[in-house]
Amino acid sequence: MAEYEPVLLASIGKEDSHRLRVYEATGGYQTLRKMLCESTPNNVTDLVKASGLRGRGGAGFPTGLKWTFLPPNHPGPIYFCLNADESEPATFNNRILMEQDPHQVIEGLILSCFATGAETAYFYIRYEYPLGYDRVQAAVDECYAAGYLGKNIFGTDFSLDLYLHRGAAAYICGEETGLIESLEGKRAWPRIKPPFPAVEGAFRKPTVVNNVETVACVRHICDRGPDWFRTMGVLPDPDNPRDPGSFGPKLYCLSGHVERPGCYEAPLGLTVDELIERFGGGVWKGRRAKAAIPGGISMGLLRHDEFDCPLDFAGPGKYGCLGLGTAAVVVMDETVSMIDFLHNSCQFFAHESCGQCTPCREGTSWALAIIKRIQAGKGRLKDLELLLEIGDGIGIIPGTTICGLSDGAAWPIKNAIRKFRDEFEQYIRETNPGGYARISPAIALQEAEHPS
Amino acid sequence: MATAERILTDEMLEEIRAFFPRYPTRQAVTLPALHVVNEHLRYVPQQAVVEIAELLDLVPSQVQDTLSFYGFFKQDTPHGRTRVWVCRSISCHLRDGDDLLDYLCQQAGVQPGETTEDGKLTIEAAECLGACEHGPCMLAGKKLHTCLTREKLDAFLQTLE
Ligand SMILES: Cc1cc2nc3c(=O)[nH]c(=O)nc-3n(C[C@H](O)[C@H](O)[C@H](O)COP(=O)(O)O)c2cc1C
Ligand code: SF4
Ligand code: FES
Repeated sequence: MAEYEPVLLASIGKEDSHRLRVYEATGGYQTLRKMLCESTPNNVTDLVKASGLRGRGGAGFPTGLKWTFLPPNHPGPIYFCLNADESEPATFNNRILMEQDPHQVIEGLILSCFATGAETAYFYIRYEYPLGYDRVQAAVDECYAAGYLGKNIFGTDFSLDLYLHRGAAAYICGEETGLIESLEGKRAWPRIKPPFPAVEGAFRKPTVVNNVETVACVRHICDRGPDWFRTMGVLPDPDNPRDPGSFGPKLYCLSGHVERPGCYEAPLGLTVDELIERFGGGVWKGRRAKAAIPGGISMGLLRHDEFDCPLDFAGPGKYGCLGLGTAAVVVMDETVSMIDFLHNSCQFFAHESCGQCTPCREGTSWALAIIKRIQAGKGRLKDLELLLEIGDGIGIIPGTTICGLSDGAAWPIKNAIRKFRDEFEQYIRETNPGGYARISPAIALQEAEHPS
Repeated sequence: MATAERILTDEMLEEIRAFFPRYPTRQAVTLPALHVVNEHLRYVPQQAVVEIAELLDLVPSQVQDTLSFYGFFKQDTPHGRTRVWVCRSISCHLRDGDDLLDYLCQQAGVQPGETTEDGKLTIEAAECLGACEHGPCMLAGKKLHTCLTREKLDAFLQTLE
């Protein structure tokens, strides 16, 4: 592949990259000026639609299409919520953008508000990003002083107020309707959809929720055009009429057992192998890889022989994972126990379930209890069936819960056990030799009598 | 209801009122108000909940309901002068972070969620802090500590005031 010139990360690492004058020196806010003065909201939406941009927050929903779900000619107000809750384990690209190039994000955000007709935007940022918060707040202050925010921007009749809103350490605030409830001052219980936020969102008004990296892409689409955006990425699958393709640059987070963890930019469709070898400097300590998380812990697991998986919106699904998620890859070397991995994952989801739906609240807690039992050497082979029963039963995909947190809890369970079954069975046999003999996959919840 | 001594100072009231114009409802000021009180007092006692509710035209149970959802706000006693969040999620865990939380707790003589007797330190188990490329890590107040080791934790404990 030819050398790729980063776009989203172009300024990262440069001195004072977070300051307005540095941003303006490389053409910052010129695109905004041009669009506000010479273009129309519909035109900006059309550009974003034509680019094929899909949301970077995890679900990959086409951004332009989402914007067109807003009721036409609505008298307002329309709200824009920027999702900077970034709490998916292993994901940190939003943090880097906010800390090091907040103006890129804000310019994209203002353009997105212009397109959608929002005149109030809330920047929902997780509490654990104090530096990001300070940098974004300073950037917002600079924007008000420069006239990029506030009343009648560039003398046009477009006005926009932007407020930061801090979370309080809860993963579920990243789910878009959980975010809205939290913004409204309530517990962050996701809402049953429909109505979708575009129709009835924050304060019961039409609302758009987008991710930080998504709006950063909007800035560049407005600048360089949709055709440029579509020169990168993966074309739609001709055999799948519902696949709109995966276009544009992507920020890949790489962590775990690699020599050089970090956030790297490449066109969508990079494979896990390429990410590890070309950017990450290979598996650390000269060891061999055993498995990897393809896109945040919710997405499940790839075995090392599946590392040719392309990281685009369709790729990980073809390898049995939930999806691309946040494209945050975690590499695990040959020393890692999958029992240990699954315990870590179950602990996270049991802690973060908001408790609203019984299958999720109970399922995540029971999964944690079972994996703890296995880890402690008291596992039975039928525990694997129990875990799979939970994994297959909770989530939006089986249709038993309100939000996708439980799909994210389910996938690591399903992938770990189905892709590494031998390891689980062997561990149980070795640690609990008297108790493993009976497998009753049929009626998993029925207690089989203990073998003497 | 007997009026307990007021907890929200004029300064806090002013900080909270500054949020009013930002939102179309008063209830939306709940989280900002809880943060204001928490930053001043390092906890949000029940009397503060009553006063926040009054200020936001809510009943206390609405504010309490929100507060209790976010395990972040302590209600009985203030957290320590330094509050640390030690990451226990996957990327940090894989980079030998698995025993750092235990080690820190052991050295400080407390369990996760507790405060040392001298009031210097509260230790919390955190889920991913979004700094996984520097794992294992922890957030102490506003400062991120990266690539942690036991030695770094020992040194950190010496700096507490
Ligand atoms: C449990 C859960 C947590 C989520 N956390 C985040 C998050 O932290 N940041 C984010 O942008 N999207 C998150 N999402 C996805 C959002 O619901 C939503 O799809 C996204 O913010 C839309 O923005 P986009 O279209 O620009 O990606 C989460 C979803 C779920 C189910
Ligand atoms: S699926 Fe889980 S996290 Fe989502 S609303 Fe239901 S209980 Fe809450
Ligand atoms: S896993 Fe520890 S900071 Fe992300």
